[in-house]
Amino acid sequence: MLELANIRKAFNQGRHNEYWALKGIDLAIPPARVSVLKGPSGSGKTTLLTILGCLARPTEGRVRLKGEDISGLPERFLTEIRRRSFGFIFQQFNLVRGLSAIDNIILPGYPTGTPRAQLLQRAEALLADMQLAHRRDAKVEWLSGGEQQRVAICRALINDPEILVADEPTANLDSRLSAEFLAILRRLAEAGRTVILTSHDPLVVESAVVDRVYSLRDGQLIDVRDVRRAAP
Amino acid sequence: MSRPSDRVLGFTLLAAALFAATFVDAALRRGTHEAALQRTARLAEDLRLSDPVLFTEARYTRHPTQADLHSAFQDHPVAFEHFPSGSLLPPPALLLDRHEPLDREAAPSD
Amino acid sequence: MNRWIEKQRHLIDFTASSLARRKGKSLGLLVVYTLLVFVLASVSLYTHALRNEATRVLAGTPEIVLQRLIAGRHDLVPPGYVEKIGRMRGVQKIEGRLWGYYYDSVLKANYTFMVPADRNIAEGEITVGPALERSRGLAAGNGISFRAYSGELHTFIVTGVLAHESELVSADLVLMSEADFRRFFAYPEGHYTDIALWVANPQEVRNVGRKLIDALPDSRPILREEVLRTYASVFDWREGMMLALLSAAILAFGIFAWEKAAGLSAEEKREIGILKAIGWETGDVIAMKFWEGFLVSLLAFLLGYVAAYVHVFHFEFALFAPVLQGWAVLYPSFALTPRIDGVQVATLFVFTVLPYTAATLVPIWRAATTDPDTVMRS
Repeated sequence: MLELANIRKAFNQGRHNEYWALKGIDLAIPPARVSVLKGPSGSGKTTLLTILGCLARPTEGRVRLKGEDISGLPERFLTEIRRRSFGFIFQQFNLVRGLSAIDNIILPGYPTGTPRAQLLQRAEALLADMQLAHRRDAKVEWLSGGEQQRVAICRALINDPEILVADEPTANLDSRLSAEFLAILRRLAEAGRTVILTSHDPLVVESAVVDRVYSLRDGQLIDVRDVRRAAP
Repeated sequence: MSRPSDRVLGFTLLAAALFAATFVDAALRRGTHEAALQRTARLAEDLRLSDPVLFTEARYTRHPTQADLHSAFQDHPVAFEHFPSGSLLPPPALLLDRHEPLDREAAPSD
Repeated sequence: MNRWIEKQRHLIDFTASSLARRKGKSLGLLVVYTLLVFVLASVSLYTHALRNEATRVLAGTPEIVLQRLIAGRHDLVPPGYVEKIGRMRGVQKIEGRLWGYYYDSVLKANYTFMVPADRNIAEGEITVGPALERSRGLAAGNGISFRAYSGELHTFIVTGVLAHESELVSADLVLMSEADFRRFFAYPEGHYTDIALWVANPQEVRNVGRKLIDALPDSRPILREEVLRTYASVFDWREGMMLALLSAAILAFGIFAWEKAAGLSAEEKREIGILKAIGWETGDVIAMKFWEGFLVSLLAFLLGYVAAYVHVFHFEFALFAPVLQGWAVLYPSFALTPRIDGVQVATLFVFTVLPYTAATLVPIWRAATTDPDTVMRS
């Protein structure tokens, strides 16, 4: 599905404060599974996630999506792939304040030129699926943390991506909401989507919904564990 | 259901329609004014008028084209003016033309 | 194509709702911007129409007006001049003009007294311009007294008021008979204010002018061509004091608009980061911002221009006429014929819409090219 080969990533390359965040990573993300990148802060897990999600380019190494090498593509094509194949959920949710829930959800659909009616229809279906239909026109800053996160999930799903990428998704949620969130992820994975998240939250890492855990330390992959049997 | 761009574009279109309407209005008004304009031109011709009534405060602003060559504030083409209209109205070109030889004559030869 | 249009409409959706979010600021900007366009367009529409009107109306002014100068000042034309010029070759028609100024201390206004060449006015009667009708409340049948320079009062009966439609040239006129004029001003018999003359061959006007100076060295011929040139350039010199005063306002607005358009708030930067991360291309972000700048400035231009048009041609330039027309007490009230210079309108469009649109795009360029992963690193 998504494969990395000998990925290295440097920041401030060539300058006195040059820093290698990733030092040669090889991994393959299984499709329709929940994978977690875990590690202490500074281990490079967020950097790895940005590379997996095509938000950033590796300094060295290859990224292959469904067998196709995408690490050398120019920005335009990379953006298009990202838009089509990836949905993102950020730690701070990163919703646009002042816009209603539904307007936030359809934002990733704008550059595709999909008719608005179609986007709204899809967004409404997603909202209903997340039990948020009643909050459709509420401005996002009026929503609770859990609701904001579910809006963020809807937004990530609006372009119907195969891969969902989440950065520390439970950092701002309490245990109950975290559990609810993980249940949603499970449902998405069972529906055939590939889910990748970073976390150092034991609640997530040890959760029953997770299929595979990648442990990182100092920019290197130190352990890969399949923790759950493949789902039917 | 109205979307934000409908409202913005609709309003812009309305403004553009008004903009276009000013040109239609201008054409219509030109038509209706034409006869009066011709009558005014005829009156000016009949009364031998040389200047429009724009600034009535002084003789050199009421009839700029007929002003003295050396009237109070036109001693020099760029002299400071007492009345604001003087800054709207350049000294007549003929005045400037005449000034040049005069200035040259007046300049001390060395 | 449809996709492209739909995409642009999406971007306008986003821009419209971000403007709506900052309602007070956006509306304030639009109002100030519109006002600025309004003032600029008012002045330029007015001056252009006035120039046109003046040159058209004065097309039939005498081909040459001959003044006599004494010690550099305009003086009366003594007897004999008319006859002398009449014998000059090329001169078709010649007339002595009688006109002068009268200061009305009641209104503190200047009138132009004149003996008309085209009509006979009985002694003791006058025909007045519309401005007198308005400001002195005169109508046909009324009497009015003027104090002559000799100190005595002369009373005249108003028998007619000149047509309002011709106010641009006739507002302050007082037409009277030659006998009354000479008596009132104690004007010496046989003298004239100046001489109007017409030349048979238009090509010869300049030659005749030169010959006049040769024959009468104390005279000063004013050619129709020069009169028209004067009015073709009226307001050209500095395009009006208004514009000079306005330049400060324009500058202030420039700073305001630059600050508003060019300075990206932290909030906006964050938004752009989010948009990039969720799959917007650099070009999409720039297009979105372009629409913001373009729509705001286009709206300001359209609204400001329409308001200016209505102001100048339907409300007689009421707001600025006193400023442009100076200290006069008698303002002519005239509806200008709308003559619109397409180039002028286009220039106004370019100078209002382009800089603002550019100012919104400049800062976005840098912000829009930030890497999409910056959102994850904040």
